[in-house]
Amino acid sequence: MLERIQILICGGTGCLSSHSKEIRNEFDKVLTEMNLREEVGLVMTGCFGLCEKGPVVIVYPDEIFYSHVRVSDVTDICEEHILKGRPVERLIVTDPVDKKKVKNFSELKFYSKQKRIALRNCGNINPLDINEYIAKDGYQAVGKVLTTMSPKETIDEMKKSGLRGRGGGGFPTGLKWEFASKSVDPIKYVICNADEGDPGAFMDRAVLEGDPHSVIEAMEICGYAIGSNQGYVYCRAEYPLAVERLNHAIGQAKELGLLGKNIFNTGFDFDLEIRLGAGAFVCGEETALMASIEGNRGMPRLKPPFPAVKGLWGHPTNVNNVETFANVPVVYLKGADWFKSIGTEKSSGTKVFALGGKIANTGLLEVPMGTTLREVIFDIGGGIPNRRKFKAVQTGGPSGGCITEESLDTPIDFDNLIALGSMMGSGGMIVMDEDNCMVDVARFYLEFTVDESCGKCTPCREGTRRMLDILNKICAGEGTLEHLDVLEYLGNMIKDSSLCGLGQTAPNPVLSTLKHFRKEYEQHVVEKVCAAGVCRNLTNYIVLDNCIGCTKCAKNCPVNAITGSVKQKHFIDLDVCIRCGACKKACPVNAISSRPEDWSREHHV
Amino acid sequence: MKSLEDLKKLRDQAIKTMDMRYHNGGTRIQIGMATCGIAAGARPVMNKFLEEISARHLKDVIVTQVGCMGECAFEPIVEIVEQDGTKTIYAKVSERMVAEIVEEHLMAGKRLDRYMLGTIKR
Repeated sequence: MLERIQILICGGTGCLSSHSKEIRNEFDKVLTEMNLREEVGLVMTGCFGLCEKGPVVIVYPDEIFYSHVRVSDVTDICEEHILKGRPVERLIVTDPVDKKKVKNFSELKFYSKQKRIALRNCGNINPLDINEYIAKDGYQAVGKVLTTMSPKETIDEMKKSGLRGRGGGGFPTGLKWEFASKSVDPIKYVICNADEGDPGAFMDRAVLEGDPHSVIEAMEICGYAIGSNQGYVYCRAEYPLAVERLNHAIGQAKELGLLGKNIFNTGFDFDLEIRLGAGAFVCGEETALMASIEGNRGMPRLKPPFPAVKGLWGHPTNVNNVETFANVPVVYLKGADWFKSIGTEKSSGTKVFALGGKIANTGLLEVPMGTTLREVIFDIGGGIPNRRKFKAVQTGGPSGGCITEESLDTPIDFDNLIALGSMMGSGGMIVMDEDNCMVDVARFYLEFTVDESCGKCTPCREGTRRMLDILNKICAGEGTLEHLDVLEYLGNMIKDSSLCGLGQTAPNPVLSTLKHFRKEYEQHVVEKVCAAGVCRNLTNYIVLDNCIGCTKCAKNCPVNAITGSVKQKHFIDLDVCIRCGACKKACPVNAISSRPEDWSREHHV
Repeated sequence: MKSLEDLKKLRDQAIKTMDMRYHNGGTRIQIGMATCGIAAGARPVMNKFLEEISARHLKDVIVTQVGCMGECAFEPIVEIVEQDGTKTIYAKVSERMVAEIVEEHLMAGKRLDRYMLGTIKR
C-alpha cells in the first residue's frame, strides 16, 4: 500500500542520546497496535540541526515539527495526529524569537535563513538506505564525471568553483587536487579527514551520520581526478554511529557496483576503507593523520614535502575534510558557476557552523559565506538566553580567537575572520555572555591544547604549559602585570616556532582575549577581581539595593551564607560564601552582582 | 549497475517513495476523519484511495486526513483540492465509488456531479 504519512525521526547523536531510538520503536509498536503501520512510513534520518529542540520528529506531508518529544508522547501523536489528523499542539515547536507556535517547519527562522549544500540531505533522507540518496540525485555526479569528463576537466571545474577547504585552512580544493594529480606515481591515495576534534564542533559527525554517501561519492570523484584507486576515511573512534553508518553505506555502494571495480563500466576502480583514530586532536593535522594510518604514533612532520608529493606510505596523497567532500558532488551536479554564485567573491559556497555556548538554538546550521555573525547568532541562533548580554564569540575552537560586539557585522569568510585575529577553523562557534570570564575561557582552550600537544617540538610542549601555569596563577589571584607581557611574548614565540598547525595556533585564544579584553586581565592581576564571577578566588558577591526580598537567593544558597527576612534587602556573609554563583542565577531582578564597581560603591572603597 | 541510465532508472523508482517529503503543490485528497467520519466508514475509504493511487502510479497526489468538516450527516466526506485551489467535495463516499473518483476526477479531470456535495472555485 502507498504510504500516507511519513514520520521522520532525528537519528543524530544528539537526539539519539535523548532516546530517539526508543521513540521510533514506540511508534512502531503503537502504530502496529492501531493497525496503521502499513500506511505510515518511519524514517530515522541524520541530524536536523536544531539539536536544542531534540528529540525532533517531523510528520509529512503536513510538515509538522514536533520538538522535545518523549516516548510517552508517541501514543498521543498516533491517536490524535496520525489517526484523526489533528496535530498535537503542545508538542509543536515554538519559535525562540517571537514565542509563537510554528506549525510548518519551513517557517522556523532557524531554517529560513539557511542555505543547505553540505547538509542538503541531513535530516531529509534515511542514511541507511542508498535508494533515498539516489532519489536525491545521488551518484549522478560521479556518473557524469566518469562518463563525460577527463580528469583534467574535473580538476578545472573544481578550480572554477572556488571551493576552499572547510577543515580550517581554506586552501583551494581544486589546486590541492591539481598538485596531487601532477605527481607521477601509479599508487596514489585519497584521504577523508574525519578526525573532528575541536571542543564543541560536530559538523563532520552530522554529515557522516546523516549523509554518508555524499562523502563516498565525492571521494570517488577526487580519486578519478588525481588518479587514485584507494581511499581512506580517517574517523575518530568516538564517533561510533558515524563509523557504523559509513560502513553500512560503503557496503551498499559496493553491492550496487557504485564502488569497487569498473564503476559505470568505465574501467575506473575505487575502493574505500575506514581507519579509526584514537581521538588525538593532533591527528587532524594531515601529516600526523597519515602517520596514524600507517600505524605509527600520530605525530606531525615537517612540510615540505607536502602530502601531494609524498604522503601516505610515501605515495602522493590528497587529504580533504568531510565537509569539503560533502560539497563536491553538488559542484558537478549544478555546475561550478552555480556554486561560485553563492557566497562571496573569494569564499564561494556555504559554511556549516556548530553553534554552542550561551545561545538559544544550540545546533547545526549552514549559511552562505558572507552572512554576518550577527545574523548567525541573533537571527538563526535566536540570541542569548536569560536576558544576558552578548560578550564575544569564539570561532575556530582552540585554534581560533574571539570576536567582539563591534565586529559582529563583519561578513563571515575565510579572509575576514583571519583579519579579525580569529579563523574559520572547522566551524565551531561558541557564544559567550557577560557571565563568561575571558581569562577562564582562554585557560580552558589552553588546557585543551596542553593535553593534546603531541610533545614532538619544544615550543608547543613546554611553551603552552608555561602559558597555562601563568593563566592558572592569574585565575588564582597571584598574577602580576608582568605576567601579561610574558604571556604575549611566549604566545608569539610559540606561534612562530612550532612545528605544526596545533602549536602555531594554540596561543590564539590567549592572544586574542588579551587583545580584546586586556582590561579584564588587568582587573584580575591589579584589582584581584573577576567581574564575571567565574574565578572563585577573585569573586565577591553583594546584594544590591534593588533586592525585593523574595528569599530565592537564600533558598538556593548551598552553604546558608545569605540572611535576610521577607521583603527586606538580603545580605551575603562572604566568610561563609563559596562563590558558587547559585544566588545570582536564582535572583529574578538581577540584584546580586559580582561587578567590581558595585562592590566598591557599596563598601565606599 | 553498469550505466548512468541504470542509475537514473533507480532514482526515478526511489523518488516515488519520498515524493511526499518534497511535494510542492499537486492534488490533495482530504478525508474527514473525525469521530463522525470514522464511524461512517472513512478509514476503508482512505485505504482504498491509497491503494488505487499506488496501483495507478499517480504522481503529485497526497492523501491526508482532516478533522470534522461540519456536515456529519454526509460523511464520509472527501475533499479534493486541486493545485489551483479549486475544491471539490464528495459526500457519502463508499469504497465502491473510490475507483471511479480516481479514474474520472484525478486521471480524466472530470468531476462526478452525482457524488458531489459542491464545488468551491478560487
